[in-house]
Amino acid sequence: MPPAVETLGLTRRFGSLTAVSELSLRVSAGSIFGLLGPNGAGKTTTIKMLTTMLSPSAGAARVSGFDVVRQSVKVRRSIGYVSQMLSADGALTGYENLLLFARLYGISRRLRRQRILEALQFMGLSESANMLVRNYSGGMIRRLEIAQSMLHRPAVLFLDEPTVGLDPVARHAVWAHLRGLRDQFGTTILMTTHDMEEADELCETIAIMNLSRAVAIGSPASLKAQVGPQADLDDVFIHYAGGSIEYGGNYRDTAQMRRTARRLS
Amino acid sequence: MEGTTETPPRCAVPPAASAKDPAVLAFLRDTLALAEVELRKLGRDPLELLTRAIQPALWLLIFGQVFGRIKAIPTGNQSYLTFMVPGILAQSVLFIAIFYGISVIWERDLGILQKLLVTPAPRSALVLGKAMSAGVRGLSQGFIIYLLALTLQIPLRFKVGAIVAVAGFIILGSALFSTFSLAVACLVRTRERFMGIGQVLTMPLFFTSNAIYPLSIMPPWLRALAKANPLSYQVDALRVLMVQGGQSIFGLGKDFTVLLIILVLLVLTTARLYPNVVR
Repeated sequence: MPPAVETLGLTRRFGSLTAVSELSLRVSAGSIFGLLGPNGAGKTTTIKMLTTMLSPSAGAARVSGFDVVRQSVKVRRSIGYVSQMLSADGALTGYENLLLFARLYGISRRLRRQRILEALQFMGLSESANMLVRNYSGGMIRRLEIAQSMLHRPAVLFLDEPTVGLDPVARHAVWAHLRGLRDQFGTTILMTTHDMEEADELCETIAIMNLSRAVAIGSPASLKAQVGPQADLDDVFIHYAGGSIEYGGNYRDTAQMRRTARRLS
Repeated sequence: MEGTTETPPRCAVPPAASAKDPAVLAFLRDTLALAEVELRKLGRDPLELLTRAIQPALWLLIFGQVFGRIKAIPTGNQSYLTFMVPGILAQSVLFIAIFYGISVIWERDLGILQKLLVTPAPRSALVLGKAMSAGVRGLSQGFIIYLLALTLQIPLRFKVGAIVAVAGFIILGSALFSTFSLAVACLVRTRERFMGIGQVLTMPLFFTSNAIYPLSIMPPWLRALAKANPLSYQVDALRVLMVQGGQSIFGLGKDFTVLLIILVLLVLTTARLYPNVVR
């Protein structure tokens, strides 16, 4: 089976700054892949390139077998995306949020209602479908966004820090739903996270990025074994990325994360 | 493969119908989906409509009344107030549309724009969807001005055709200036810089148009500017369609064509700039 995501020497520069440097990854279809690394390591930039929001400066990437530059519309048709921020529209109901995206994804009128109701049920939101999203809890908004991203049954789902700021109960609920998506629909999931427990719990493969490069790739178990017999993922993370934490994360990233955290509380 | 039972793929790549839809239909569907969302939001927040009524009310009730008395501005057989009503309509639509671009910066900060950009909807449909949303807002503004004009006993035209055409020109003008505003937002990318530029743009656009004085009394340099200003063409059309005895200088056909061509050019340009905002 061809990989769901494949990058070769993927690079993105902003002026003199290299945000992602020569990244080569393979994500096998139907797996959950975690992209880890300190703030500013290049995780979000990588996701932006893979979701066609940003064009690479060099190198290439294929998602679902399509080139992200030359076949960007085909890529967009086969992926879903959940951003780091809580991006559901608070002025609309849950149902209306889903309806807009069902239309933009070209789901036929005949199928639309059914798909929306299924997605709501799958994410445990049927009861609150007609409530304005501004009255949802943070965990509910996150689940609504995942519902939004799966309406068209994407082959690959990209999630940028899906559980940042959620309480433990909401976090576990999101994990269960992500696993369910993979098991029921065979969706490949590529997510970024800061949360080592999350990576250990969900991901079959992780890549640790540091200073724009992938510094380690492997299963959580094999990476732990490489660092030491008693090592946990925190040790792995510190081993590969520890030196640079001080430099990571610019003002905008930090401000954005605080904004998200505020909206969640 | 005939005769064999095919198991459906576990993760179907192209969903339902999108790939088969003719491009033009899909484009219109996406545009309308976005505009409809705006309509729903507007319906839930009527207070905003009310606050937006204050500025045009001041122009008509105070400025219009006073300047109407001195009869310094030649407006043919119309009263000055009647002459001015279509201009104030265009102006209040302009003021909303020219700040509309900030919504794209706002949506970027909330992550909504990123999600829209990742859908298969063409970027030009995202831009025109925003422009039509501004059109929805413009129409609500038009409604308010009609109410104000009625209380001031302005001789309005109530023929259905004329009112429909007014609505069309309101949408066209809103779409044009909001797309211009989106383009500016894509270039400056922060709220603070955008607000500064928005302030700088509104008054010059307004004063270099025929909104509150006719082309005929302008000095030649100003008349040249007014003829290059799209707002003049919108006002020109509204003047003949909205009030009795109004006259068009350019002709409705030219008004429409000029506005439409500028809109199309702006939409195409802005669609290219759009992904810039999330960089």
